[in-house]
Amino acid sequence: MALIRNITAFLLLLIAFGAVAGGIELREFDDPVKEKRYHDLTASMRCPLCENQAIDDSDAPISGDMRERVYQLLQDGQSDTEIINHMVQRFGEYILYNPRLESRTYLLWGLPIALVLLGAVIIVLMVRARRNASAKALSAEERQRIEALTNRKGAS
Amino acid sequence: MKRRLLLLLLPIGFLGLALFFYQGLALDPSQRDSALMAREFPAFEATTLRNENRRVDQTLLEGEVTLVNVWGEWCPACKQEMPQLLELADRDIRMVGVNYRDTREKGLQFLSEFGDPFEVNIFDPEGELGFDLGVYGAPETFLVDADGVIRYHHKGYVSPEDVRERILPEVEKWR
Repeated sequence: MALIRNITAFLLLLIAFGAVAGGIELREFDDPVKEKRYHDLTASMRCPLCENQAIDDSDAPISGDMRERVYQLLQDGQSDTEIINHMVQRFGEYILYNPRLESRTYLLWGLPIALVLLGAVIIVLMVRARRNASAKALSAEERQRIEALTNRKGAS
Repeated sequence: MKRRLLLLLLPIGFLGLALFFYQGLALDPSQRDSALMAREFPAFEATTLRNENRRVDQTLLEGEVTLVNVWGEWCPACKQEMPQLLELADRDIRMVGVNYRDTREKGLQFLSEFGDPFEVNIFDPEGELGFDLGVYGAPETFLVDADGVIRYHHKGYVSPEDVRERILPEVEKWR
């Protein structure tokens, strides 16, 4: 039991040290909406240095600077768009996890939709073609042949 | 026959897309261009590393093609690229440093130890100018033309090959 308690204490210590090493930042917001916007903004920007981490999740010095700037701009009363523009002006479109819809990104945003539509059209065409084939009425000649064949079968 | 052709379009389209995406995979995201390319050097106001009473701003970079090198005493690659920067200064290229997130004491110590190719060093202890330049790690080097417009950006260590194959041709191009 004592061993388990010791291990638990050790693990808790580790977590505490991890938190210190990770540099938990305490930021004060006078308004919960701002706090939510802060978290959304920092979660939607990619760290320019570490490439696959959002700045709210990264220990890189530049991510800390960027979080600080987002916080300051929020306190200055800037809108989300203004803050995003501020960052993109300096670090490029690269930092946006959701690239903005503009002429350069039409293909990016449009391609999935275009492909789904194309698939839908192809499926509709195929279903229609199949239905037409099965629903096609038999000509008189074909009916006679079928009758002849089935009769022969029945007679034998 | 028409139908066959239509069906052939599908694999061709697929191959086209696959090729397009494959090319994207081969791109190196760390080699992307600076967002400040072809834009004016950001406005700033700072003191210099050697003189805390001298105030400089973006007009410092006008009138002549200038290489702006962002460095700090804490940055190992900055030390390694100093010989290359000294060589560039020897070739009569105007060099301006940005002493980034550093202290005066350590910055000056660095220059006396590794050499000083810079006409002047902008002192940027809080990384304000660095942030406006989109710097996310030192060293970074910017080529600024005589009108103060950023024309070339080199991320990271400048090797002797980089000097010969990239930086010198770019300097010549914008002079």
